[in-house]
Amino acid sequence: MSRTARSPLVKRDWGATEDGCSILHVDMDAFFASVELARRPHLRGRPVIVGGSERAVVLAATYEARAFGVHSAMPMQIARRMCPQAVVVPPDMAAYREVSTAVMEVLSEVTTLVEQVSVDEAFLDVSGARRRLGPPTAIAAGIRERIRATHGITCSVGIAGTKFVAKLASEHAKPDGVLLIPRAATVEFLRALPVGALWGVGERTEAALARWGLRTVAELADSDVSTVQRAVGKVAGAHLHDLAWGRDPRPVSPGRIEKSIGAEVTFPVDVADLAVVQTQVLALADRCASRLRSEGMVSRTVSIKVRTSDFRTLTRSRTLPTPTDVGREIFLVTRELLAGVDLEGLPVRLVGVRTEGLSPAHATPQQPTLEEATAESGHGRRDAERAMDLVRDRFGTGSIHAASSTAPKPVILEGHRPINYRRSETGPILDVTSPSG
Amino acid sequence: MKFRVERDVLADAVTWTARSLPTRPPVPVLAGVRIEADASGVLHLSSFDYEVSARSEIAAEVSEPGVVLVSGRLLAEISRALPAKPVDVVLEGTKVTVTCGASRFTLLTMPVEDYPALPVMPEITGSIDGDQLTQAVAQVTVAASRDDTLPLLTAVRMEIEGEKITLLATDRYRLALRELTWKPASPDVSTVALVRAKTLSDAAKSLGGSAQVNVALATGVGVDLIGFEAGGRHTTSLLVDGDYPAVRRLFPDETPIHAVVETQALSDAAKRVALVAERNTPIRLSFSAGQVVLDAGQGDDAQASEALEAALVGDDISVAFNPQFLLDGLGALNTAFVRLSFTHPNKPVEFTGQRALEGDDNQEYRYLLVPIRFAS
Repeated sequence: MSRTARSPLVKRDWGATEDGCSILHVDMDAFFASVELARRPHLRGRPVIVGGSERAVVLAATYEARAFGVHSAMPMQIARRMCPQAVVVPPDMAAYREVSTAVMEVLSEVTTLVEQVSVDEAFLDVSGARRRLGPPTAIAAGIRERIRATHGITCSVGIAGTKFVAKLASEHAKPDGVLLIPRAATVEFLRALPVGALWGVGERTEAALARWGLRTVAELADSDVSTVQRAVGKVAGAHLHDLAWGRDPRPVSPGRIEKSIGAEVTFPVDVADLAVVQTQVLALADRCASRLRSEGMVSRTVSIKVRTSDFRTLTRSRTLPTPTDVGREIFLVTRELLAGVDLEGLPVRLVGVRTEGLSPAHATPQQPTLEEATAESGHGRRDAERAMDLVRDRFGTGSIHAASSTAPKPVILEGHRPINYRRSETGPILDVTSPSG
Repeated sequence: MKFRVERDVLADAVTWTARSLPTRPPVPVLAGVRIEADASGVLHLSSFDYEVSARSEIAAEVSEPGVVLVSGRLLAEISRALPAKPVDVVLEGTKVTVTCGASRFTLLTMPVEDYPALPVMPEITGSIDGDQLTQAVAQVTVAASRDDTLPLLTAVRMEIEGEKITLLATDRYRLALRELTWKPASPDVSTVALVRAKTLSDAAKSLGGSAQVNVALATGVGVDLIGFEAGGRHTTSLLVDGDYPAVRRLFPDETPIHAVVETQALSDAAKRVALVAERNTPIRLSFSAGQVVLDAGQGDDAQASEALEAALVGDDISVAFNPQFLLDGLGALNTAFVRLSFTHPNKPVEFTGQRALEGDDNQEYRYLLVPIRFAS
């Protein structure tokens, strides 16, 4: 659910000429919320918010809830205050992922040129599917119908000659609509928008442009390139000027490589005990590694993000000696990064781990450790983690994790005295079992 | 306190004593060098950061004995910059005046009573030839880990067994082992210590110029310490605590294939070929009868290759290495020829030194390196 600047003026019919408009941007409407409504039909028509407990943020909200000012990424507490009558549903990521995969399959039946941007949106280049499936508007209608029929959720489709205009079109088609921007109408469509609608323009850039009096796309398009470049820098300036005139040469690239894989968590209550934070970091490192392995990628750089109770966010990153998809290797670095962060004694609100510098594992040379190189196959750390992946695939994500990522609670077995599990600080380094020598 | 000392002697001693002082000490006094002038004409300089301590003694004309604590870095810089003339140092109230020729400096002192007591140098365990120590330490520390991700691996494992010392270090990708002999104080000494690689290499570099370096180890009683002493200079360091992994077993028992190449020629060729190897990409070494071909780069990237003479025993074999790790190992050898011993293209390769193309290798120093491979 995007918060891109929109303009009510442009939500109209821009014409029906489809020549050269072969890019589709398909975007699920309030995706997580829609999936929840599909399996809870009695909630239809009511404001529904998908989000975690008190401290988390809104992940999705139905249009009924949005009418109250609720939007994604808003803290849950504020959302509840704005819309106290909303039904709050805890997120079920596994269910959303399942629907997402099915939806992407529908899209891949239209064309192989599908570029998935996130869990709920994708670009399609349908120029090759026209003879088989008809004009883009017919293809869009077909996609929307199939998704609605099989999953009970709606989506909006933007059709244009470029990716960036198609995305803007789907924004303006929402909810449950289609908007075609013919080639001839592209510039006129763009001119009516605020600069914030352009790809890559956030609050900072918007403010920088506003200092030069550039508030609308029309103003940006009519000004000299050098003026825009002076406002936002050489590369970005030229790029924005191109976009303002509807020029966007980027093709739909199905093999889009994910730039990073990350996971983060907001604690229910701020945590002052660094051991607890570290335990969470271990779980997050494992989650990143598991996703790296499932995507067949290895990461070269690891970063952590720590937000303290005063909302200060600190990030630290480090390049690994060799690219990896092993959770333990990622954890060792994150632990070191975490130790180097000066929290000024404040408790921690949020912690995140991110793996960057991704490359396909099969094409990346890796420097194995002595342990990996000398172990008989099936005894290395990577093999252990791969085995954990298989267990998770079969029995669910919570079924297995590193022993040290569970809180060291005394476990009471029936008829036995409590057993205290000691948490290992580092664990073996080279998996040593025999004495030195 | 009042004394006169030669500029060179003072500069040397202060520089050495202050060399490991922290830039941002947890308490200000730890940035100081303690100078004690005694009536017998000896200056005692000392520094300590609770991990590493250093003490040196020099001769001086002491007219008034006394003790002061001044900023070590500042005094080192000043004494190095002074003209080559006698230096007069006088304590006046809370300030120290340093006069040399027409130059005059006034330094603030820090409270001597707040300065921690230095650890006592343990009893001498034995002594090593200075050159041997320097060389051996350089050979193993090249394989020690440089980042604190695994703190234990920033240490060198030192095994003492009678007349034999074994040094071991690994960063998990390579492993270096060096054996050397020394003169133990007692012939049946048997002990193991983990010394931070940085500390060890610093001690070896700064004391290795002496003909003989005394080594003192104290383990098992109170604080575990290692001390080095040579030519009136003493340094002690806390030992690293922990169980060092059993790495010796990683050396292969049998190597059916081995190749001998001229060390310098291989090193030079590897440096040239590595120019096209981007970060984390390997340099390949393909051995066949009579030669080795080095190459790097593939596909659309820049490529380089070079062939060298090599004596191969066993089947043809091709391995890929991280260029830096390869160069580190070749650089540490100090012999005219290098023997690379293989078991399998994906298994660790052992590097040893050899005097000539033919003959046996020298097992005194062994460098074990894991080849790079493409993930399955």
